[in-house]
Amino acid sequence: MTLEVATFWVLAVVLVGSALAVVLSKNLFHSVLWLALALTGTAGVFLMLQAEFLAGVQVLHYAGGVVTVVVFAIVVTERLVGTKLSHTSRGVVRGAMVASLFLAFIGSEVMSWPLPAAPAALTGDPTKTIGTLLMTRYVLPFELLAVVLLVALLGASYFARPEE
Amino acid sequence: MGLQPYLILAAVVFSIGLFGVLTRRNTVGILLGVELMLNAVNINLVAFSRFHGHTEGMVLTIFAICLTVAEVSLGLALVILLFRSRRTALADHIDWLKG
Repeated sequence: MTLEVATFWVLAVVLVGSALAVVLSKNLFHSVLWLALALTGTAGVFLMLQAEFLAGVQVLHYAGGVVTVVVFAIVVTERLVGTKLSHTSRGVVRGAMVASLFLAFIGSEVMSWPLPAAPAALTGDPTKTIGTLLMTRYVLPFELLAVVLLVALLGASYFARPEE
Repeated sequence: MGLQPYLILAAVVFSIGLFGVLTRRNTVGILLGVELMLNAVNINLVAFSRFHGHTEGMVLTIFAICLTVAEVSLGLALVILLFRSRRTALADHIDWLKG
């Protein structure tokens, strides 16, 4: 077993284990912390795919930003009600059936497709290529994204404004 | 190592997220499931872009990550708003739009 395969298996176990903990944990707070681990594991997968920039974005933006926001929301809502949020599941058997049927379908499709067996040769630094693409071909979506983030920021602060 | 293991891993994570969305009663819990599903999609995008040598897939991943962050912040703002007016975060209790 090569180092690459071993690293992949470690990452896969961490990712799947923490993802399961997110959906099965009885404590909402623990769920969020497991989600942080799952998102960091994904950053590891990105590193394996030689997407260092995306791994950085993932850790800073996603694991850092999203998890902080969710923790804040939980603390704020628990303060508002004064009780702990209930975090139970229902219809577990039906949910597991639907999810495993979906997995079986996707899995059989993936198994039957002819897929490349090795990564394409790297042409230049991926980070540099991403930067160039963002500033040339994808500059309009990039600017629109800035507008979307601004609108989301304004909308979120409007929704969560203090009561009059 | 081929592309297949990455796709299978992403499919497993996506299914776990789907399970979370279907079974969680709390709206924040459902949001966490959606996060997992989007994360699995990002793994797919990066894996395909790496194995086919098209960096465009990674650019798309950056867009996906940014939009997810916007979605989470708005979703949580809605949860807080809901809590203020109805004192509940359970998806089953949010049914007063029924005709």
